[in-house]
Amino acid sequence: MNLNLEKINGVSVLFVQEERIDAHNSSELKEALLHMIEQGDVTIIVQLEQVRFIDSSGLGALLSGYKNAAAKSGKLALACCRQQVLSMFELTRLNRVFEIYADLNEAFDNET
Amino acid sequence: MCVSTIQIDVIIPTQTKYLNLIGSIGERIAKELDHYAGDREALAYHLNLVLTEATANAIKHANYDNPKDTVRILIHIQDNELNIKVYDHGQGFDLESVPLPDFEHPREGGMGLYLIRTLMDSVTYTKLDDCNVLEIIKYL
Repeated sequence: MNLNLEKINGVSVLFVQEERIDAHNSSELKEALLHMIEQGDVTIIVQLEQVRFIDSSGLGALLSGYKNAAAKSGKLALACCRQQVLSMFELTRLNRVFEIYADLNEAFDNET
Repeated sequence: MCVSTIQIDVIIPTQTKYLNLIGSIGERIAKELDHYAGDREALAYHLNLVLTEATANAIKHANYDNPKDTVRILIHIQDNELNIKVYDHGQGFDLESVPLPDFEHPREGGMGLYLIRTLMDSVTYTKLDDCNVLEIIKYL
């Protein structure tokens, strides 16, 4: 899975450079988030602009990251979701769990 | 009256790298359907998702004692009925005992069948002599 991690404004921003997150690659996302959190990066924004498809395992990987960050008094938020991806969070009601921002600026305004 | 029937029959190894292929078939079907008056983009995503979830489920329940195990996906569209059958050779499971997700305390797993049931009109899981079949129906 192509992931790009950048530190911006003191926040770890993980850019998911894939069009699709499914059961084939979601474990890589889960492991990457876990690794970041274990390294002390506990304020995380996952940027999903490139992602046009996510399945339940992809949602599960993000939820795992959210829980692991929260367990270390951190936070994992999402930014730049496409409409179809956003609808998945609504369908599973995970939009009530994650902070979901329209763009990175809005995320920085609220998370820093 | 023009009656169009589409049938697609695919057999894949029990490997998740084929999920993209299977999901993409669903997406293309939605875009090619004649006489569909609904939201074609939404249907495309939903068919991609349902085929991905159902196939991933079949792979998860596959018979890992047999390295040549396969999953068969049969898609049949006739008139206004889209019928998907996903065959696996695993031990099977009881569809009725699969609980709804706990939305107040969400867990990482257990959303796949919920999504299929929510987006489609009928879902059944039947044990046959030598395999199991998850049958999904969507009225177009």
